[in-house]
Amino acid sequence: MPPIADEMSGSALRMTNISLTFADGTQALDNVNLNIQSGEFVTIVGPSGCGKSTLLRLASGLLAQTQGLCDVDRTNLGYVFQDPTLLPWRTVRRNVELNAELAGMDKPSRLKAANATIELVNLTGNENKYPKQLSGGMKMRCSLARSLVLQPNLFLFDEPFAALDEITREHLNDELLHLFQNRHFASLFITHSIQEAVFLSTRVLVMSARPGRIIAEHAIDFPYPRHPDIRYQSDFAEICGKISADLKAAHS
Amino acid sequence: MNRILRSTLRVKSLLPVATFACFIALWYLYATFNYDNPVQRRNALPYPHEIITDGFMPVTDKVNGLRPILGYMWPTAKVTILGLFIAIALGIALAVLMNLSRSVERALFPYAVVLQTVPILAITPLLTQLFGEELGVRLVVTVLIAIFPVITNTLFGLQSTDQMHHDLFTLSHVSRRTRLWHLELPSALPSLMTGIRIASGSAVIGSVVADFFFVKGEKGIGYYIRTRQQKSIERPEMFAGTITASIFGVLMFLLVGWVTTRAIRDWHDKN
Repeated sequence: MPPIADEMSGSALRMTNISLTFADGTQALDNVNLNIQSGEFVTIVGPSGCGKSTLLRLASGLLAQTQGLCDVDRTNLGYVFQDPTLLPWRTVRRNVELNAELAGMDKPSRLKAANATIELVNLTGNENKYPKQLSGGMKMRCSLARSLVLQPNLFLFDEPFAALDEITREHLNDELLHLFQNRHFASLFITHSIQEAVFLSTRVLVMSARPGRIIAEHAIDFPYPRHPDIRYQSDFAEICGKISADLKAAHS
Repeated sequence: MNRILRSTLRVKSLLPVATFACFIALWYLYATFNYDNPVQRRNALPYPHEIITDGFMPVTDKVNGLRPILGYMWPTAKVTILGLFIAIALGIALAVLMNLSRSVERALFPYAVVLQTVPILAITPLLTQLFGEELGVRLVVTVLIAIFPVITNTLFGLQSTDQMHHDLFTLSHVSRRTRLWHLELPSALPSLMTGIRIASGSAVIGSVVADFFFVKGEKGIGYYIRTRQQKSIERPEMFAGTITASIFGVLMFLLVGWVTTRAIRDWHDKN
C-alpha cells in the first residue's frame, strides 16, 4: 500500500515493501517495512550477513532496491560507517570539516561548525593531529563529529562501535545517547550488541537470516534521559533476554 | 640497554663501509693478478688510486681532471632534472586520464608497457629522425625511460582508493572533479611518491644513455665517458666520468627520496 500523504509528516525514513536481489541472484532483503519518525532511535539487530548493512546502504542511496518504495530526504543525511573512514592526509579538524566542505559551506562557517562539533565529541585539543596519531575510540569520535557537523535530521549508523573494546564502546554509547537526547535526530542504528541496542533505542527490530525480513519488534520504554546504570537493572536484562530469544529464532 | 643499542647501530652503519672496502680490495687483487704488464693494466683496469690521480686530478685545471668532468656533468644533470619533471607531469596526467575512463586506460596502458619494454637504444636512429640530435631528443629518451613508473604507480594509487572513502564522497553527491582532487589524488600520493623515486633513478640512466648516442648540442657526461673509452690511455678518465655519473645518480635518488618522504610523512603510516 502506498503511503498516505498526511501520514508522512514527521516521518524521517519510510520503507515500504522493500526487496533487494543482487545481480548474482542472491536475495538480500525480502519485503521490509520500516517507518522511523523524527526523534526516534531505531536499532536493527540480526545475524551476520542478514542484510542489515544492505538496508542502510539502501536508505542512504548507495544502493537501489529492486522492489518497493524508500521515502527519505537525502539532502542532509548523517552516515557513520563501520570503520572511522577518516582521510589520513587530513587533520582531525579538516576531517570534521569534510562534509561541510563538500556541501559547499564557506570556510569561516565550517571552521566554526567543526570546532563546535569537536568540542561536542570531546576531541578538543586534538584538532591538528592526524588520524594515525589517534586511538580507535578517538578515530570513531572524529568520524561521528564529521557526520554531526551539518546537523542532519536522520542518522544512519552501520555498526560504528563494533571494533572498539567494551569500555570505549560503553563510553561512546553514553555520549551518543547524550547527543541524541539533545538533538532529537532520527536514527537507524545497526549493531550486533543487544545491550547497545536496548540502551540507545526507542525501538529494536530483529531481522532474520538472509533474505532479511523484520521478524520482531520491541519498544524500549525506558524514559530519556537514560542513566548509564540502567544497563544493570533487571527489567533491562529482561528485554535483552527477549530480544536474544528472537535472535536465536532469526538464526534458524 | 641504550648503550648496547647505540653500539649496534654503529656497527650497522659501518657495514656498507666494510662492503665498499672489500670491493676496493678485490679490485686491487683482480687488477694485480690479471695483468702482467703495468702499462697494459693501467690502460685496461687502473687501480682505484690511479683513477683519482690520473682521472679526477688535477681538480681545477681547465683541460684535465675534475673540472671538465663536472663541466660535462652539468648538461646531463639539467636534462635529467628537466626530463624527470616532464615525466612526472605527463605521467600523472596520463594516469589521471586512464583513471577517469576505463576505455582510455584500455587504449593507452598497453603502450605504456611497450614504452618500458622497447629497447630505446635500438630505436635511436628513429628518434634522431624525429627529434634531431640536440636537447629535444635527450629529453625524449629521458622521459621515455622515466615515465613508466610514474604512470603505473599513480594509476595504481588512484585505483586503490578505499571503497568506503568513495562511499563517503558519494553520500555528499560530489562532482567527478571534487572526487579526483580531494579523494583520489591525495590517496594516490604515497604510491605516486614511490613512482617518482623509481623514475629519478631511471631518468639518470636515460640522460646518460642519450649522451652516448646524440652528439650534437651541449655535450654531457655520457659523451665524455664514450670518448675516453676510445683511447685506452684515457681509461682512468673514463672511470672518473663513470663514477661521477654514478654519484650524481645516487645524489638524485637521495634528494628525491628526501623530498618524497617529507611530502607525506606527517600523515602516512609507513615512512
